[in-house]
Amino acid sequence: MRPGTILSFGLVGLGAVMVLLPFVWMVSVSLKPHNEIFTPEVTLLPQQPTLANYWQAITETDIPLYLLNGVIVTGGILILQIAITVPCAYALAHRRFPGRGLLFGAVIAALLVPFHVTAIPIFIAFSQVGLLNTYAALILPFIATAFGLFLLRQAFAQIPAQLIDAARVDGMSEMGIAWRVAFPLGMPTVIAFSIFSVTAHWNDLFWPLVATTSPELATPPRGILFFRDEESGDDIGPLMAGATLITAPLIIGFLLAQRRFTQGLAGAGLKR
Amino acid sequence: MIRRLATDVFLAGPAALAVVLFIFLPVAVVFVLAFTDYLIGARSAEWVGLENFADLFGSRLGRNALINTLIYSAIVIPTSVILGLLVALGLHGIARRMPRVSAVLRTVYFLPVAATLVAMAVAWQMLMHPSLGLLNHWIAALGLTPQQWLTDRGLVLYSLAAIGVWQGVGYNMVLFLAGLSAISPTLYDAATIDGAEHGWSRFWCVTWPMLGPTTLFVVIVTAANAFRVFETVATMTDGGPAFASDTIVYALYREGFVYFKAGYASAITVVFFAALLLLTALQIALVERKVHYR
Repeated sequence: MRPGTILSFGLVGLGAVMVLLPFVWMVSVSLKPHNEIFTPEVTLLPQQPTLANYWQAITETDIPLYLLNGVIVTGGILILQIAITVPCAYALAHRRFPGRGLLFGAVIAALLVPFHVTAIPIFIAFSQVGLLNTYAALILPFIATAFGLFLLRQAFAQIPAQLIDAARVDGMSEMGIAWRVAFPLGMPTVIAFSIFSVTAHWNDLFWPLVATTSPELATPPRGILFFRDEESGDDIGPLMAGATLITAPLIIGFLLAQRRFTQGLAGAGLKR
Repeated sequence: MIRRLATDVFLAGPAALAVVLFIFLPVAVVFVLAFTDYLIGARSAEWVGLENFADLFGSRLGRNALINTLIYSAIVIPTSVILGLLVALGLHGIARRMPRVSAVLRTVYFLPVAATLVAMAVAWQMLMHPSLGLLNHWIAALGLTPQQWLTDRGLVLYSLAAIGVWQGVGYNMVLFLAGLSAISPTLYDAATIDGAEHGWSRFWCVTWPMLGPTTLFVVIVTAANAFRVFETVATMTDGGPAFASDTIVYALYREGFVYFKAGYASAITVVFFAALLLLTALQIALVERKVHYR
């Protein structure tokens, strides 16, 4: 091996160790018994690993509730996003109607709008209609997804027009074509978008922090902050166990389906 | 004809309505609110012209948030782009001899992109804990002075920037790897014939110019993400100590949703939005010029 190769391998390896450090530390502290955390003799790895912190996080805190809320909110967002995005993206790709160009232009323009820009008016409107502090408040603002419309319209546009026409000749309804022809054929893009959507909303802190004040409705990131702020600095072990539990689903998903995850998340650069 | 139109409305209507209701209408409202003194919950509001913007750029607190965001971005953008490029070049080189090792390292670097940033920020907070944290323990072991990473006014922004870099490198690496694999080997053959035989000259003659479009994209995305920094601030510092880590989106959150000053927060939003639009305009202008080699 050339010295250059060895050097670059060493540096990239060292960088990887630094990237891993917070993960290792989080899991390590979560496995440490109380007396090993509160000691001046800080060690990287636990000397007597225990699952007691996980037991405490699961049975004595609201971490399971936060995880459930995360599933309800990300699941609700994804289902509604797909339900309204698939027919619209199909129409944009395969139908001619007045205003189609305008609508597609609006979708492109909407890609430039980060969620933070729309937060204040949506907050005001939701407070007027008494929608704050509900699951609906956490879900509804995100069903409008310019990114999803854009990705799916590009994917559906790849489907040959002859195939769509054949389905029409066979007497399928337009909604039927959208769901039974376009949707399955665009599945790789649907999956990439789903991974992006679930990751983005599972990890989001800004909107849950704004739209809800009740711990009952806290999504995982909001919940872990409730947990941290309630305890007086004495429950660091269970806190790290909670942080690990909250991070675990996406990390496991990523490790199991790396290629799809990388695709889904790398595309996020197209939107603001 | 009517039936056709009804079908179109049936198909495209719900999503179009949602886009108008949750994106375009709020954007329009924010641009109006920015010129008023509206307080959330108030019965009325006065038109105040540019006063909110004058407040933002004129007050110490407002300028502080803007400057902090610029400092943070000025650290995170170059560092995470250059590190992302170096890691990608390293992994690309390793991949030929040790594809397995290269794949594992790529996975490791990408982990922070998929991880829940708030949970990781809690872990970072523990890592940077003044007395119980590993960082100060190691620093003391090396004979250096332990630091108050998150409560030292002069240090806190750099600590947050380090976490921003940690989170961004993997994303940039993936984009650079894609750019690298798209470079045709024949270009390197041609460079060899032209006398560029060694790594360095090959990098400057082939790799770097061919990565032009990728690099532009990576820089713009990183900049947009850096402008948007919020999770780490909200989790670890609440903008403190004494506003030393206050940033533009955190100020937007605090003014709008803690103090309910919707008018002022809308002005912050408009400035934030304008900065992002400027960035996109820059991207389009540069693509129109020539970062493309064909």
